[in-house]
Amino acid sequence: MAKRRVEPLLWLLFSSGGLAAALLLPVLLLLFGLVIPAGWVSAPGQAHLLSVARFPLTRIVLLGLFVLALFHWAHRFRYTLYDGLQLKHLSTLIIVGCYGGALAGSVIAGYLLLPGL
Amino acid sequence: MSANYTEFHPRWYRPRMPVFWWVGRRSYLVFVLRELSSVFVAWSVVFLLLLVHAVSQGGAAYQRFLNLSSNPWMLALNVVALAFVVFHAITWFNLAPQAMVVRLRGKRVPRSVIASAHYAGWALLSALTAWLILG
Repeated sequence: MAKRRVEPLLWLLFSSGGLAAALLLPVLLLLFGLVIPAGWVSAPGQAHLLSVARFPLTRIVLLGLFVLALFHWAHRFRYTLYDGLQLKHLSTLIIVGCYGGALAGSVIAGYLLLPGL
Repeated sequence: MSANYTEFHPRWYRPRMPVFWWVGRRSYLVFVLRELSSVFVAWSVVFLLLLVHAVSQGGAAYQRFLNLSSNPWMLALNVVALAFVVFHAITWFNLAPQAMVVRLRGKRVPRSVIASAHYAGWALLSALTAWLILG
């Protein structure tokens, strides 16, 4: 019954990650993925970005966004594989891969944003 | 009445579903594309982690990140990812009123108000983020 207890927590991570990703990822990807590389605005300087990123609130918001968005991916992608490709029989492998991947990404994000910055 | 009992488990009626069952109908395709948006959410996190790492490593590393992001393949990938992430945001905010039932003084807050609040928050946070980064 361990599965029953952990499923609501995973769903909570999924839904809060979905909200965080919806609120913040479009603007970040628009700026750093399209507007800046296409040269529509001049790229912000490294020193400016570093000072913005080092601000404690930015670190917390970014870490929260990254961790929640990764668990959002893990949960949703797990069911995409189950339903979209009918891989329910590989569920153990998929569960380990998805949540394990999200966990590994969260550790990297934590390292990059807390001691690494 | 004669029932044929066997020592084996009976075969259930289980129609075979083709793997790509969601291709044929538009609404199914939109559903699977919406679910697939999570892959691009994860990609965005990876891309932003590369950015954070580059910024923390200094000017040269940041310049390498800028060069990487203006590579045509990377630009194309990020345009697709942006489309999916925006698709995720819109479908998410449109579903929010169904997931959230907010009551004020015993009356249910109308769906349109909850959806508008999400869109307003999205606009506000996007403007604030852009101002912090570019300002």
